[in-house]
Amino acid sequence: MKFLLVDDSKTMRNIQKKVLSNFPGAEFAEAGDGIEALSVIAATPGGFDLIMVDWNMPNMDGITLVKKIREKDAKTLLVMATTEAEKARVLDAIRAGVNNYVVKPFTPEALTEKINATLAKAKAA
Amino acid sequence: MSSTATSNAITPDLIIPFMNAVTQVFQKMVGVPATVQKPYLKTQTASTYDVCGIIGLSGQVAGSVVVSFAEAAAVNLVESFSGTRFKVSDPDFADAIGELANMIAGGAKQHLGGVASISTPSVVIGKGYAIAGMSDIPCVVIPCTSPRGDFAVEICIKRHKAA
Ligand SMILES: [Mg+2]
Repeated sequence: MKFLLVDDSKTMRNIQKKVLSNFPGAEFAEAGDGIEALSVIAATPGGFDLIMVDWNMPNMDGITLVKKIREKDAKTLLVMATTEAEKARVLDAIRAGVNNYVVKPFTPEALTEKINATLAKAKAA
Repeated sequence: MSSTATSNAITPDLIIPFMNAVTQVFQKMVGVPATVQKPYLKTQTASTYDVCGIIGLSGQVAGSVVVSFAEAAAVNLVESFSGTRFKVSDPDFADAIGELANMIAGGAKQHLGGVASISTPSVVIGKGYAIAGMSDIPCVVIPCTSPRGDFAVEICIKRHKAA
């Protein structure tokens, strides 16, 4: 399972990595903002199974990144992981094409559950 | 004539969300329980402690949020949060402080009412950091204690009300 973790905080990427390492065959790539994420995606021919996207990042924020990815890729699972929790923001993200939404702060159990739910829903679709 | 009116009173509805956010962030992501004490009006410009994570708020609620740690507390709490004991000079130390401030400000924002955006964090390490340009806004300090050291959340925000 190939993950791309996009967050401007390396600490947050490490925390996500620790939790997601429990998924079978977990492999990771990382990016610190939307622009870096787009170049990592472009440089990864096989693509990713799931991309974790922070909202508040310098250079290019997460919502812009989600829209850019969805312009040409409807399939890769996108999970927003952010402190942004207002209904309007969540709806914006869903409209932009995220598959799921995790609000920071989260417990390891809550993140695992969200990812499991995202994978199960994708499998059922 | 301005189309908006500004309220300079810092009321409980602006403070309580930060108290709750601190508790949540420390319980869920640091794994260390934090206890919030009674907030008080800030009368000095210098930050409460030496290690500060700073977030700007803009929009219908605007100002700044500073999460200020005693240095030893910062090192201990970053260790609990990140799993690694960093030196204060390590860029990863500042990263962790910034993300803690981000989650506290972001976690509170949803309960402040109105539309607001938060900035990406800045981190300042050093004695007596002063927040510039906030003289017209009353600031409140929320003292916090934890088994791994003390810190404070300083809120200097005001609400812009639609006229
Ligand atoms: Mg961020």
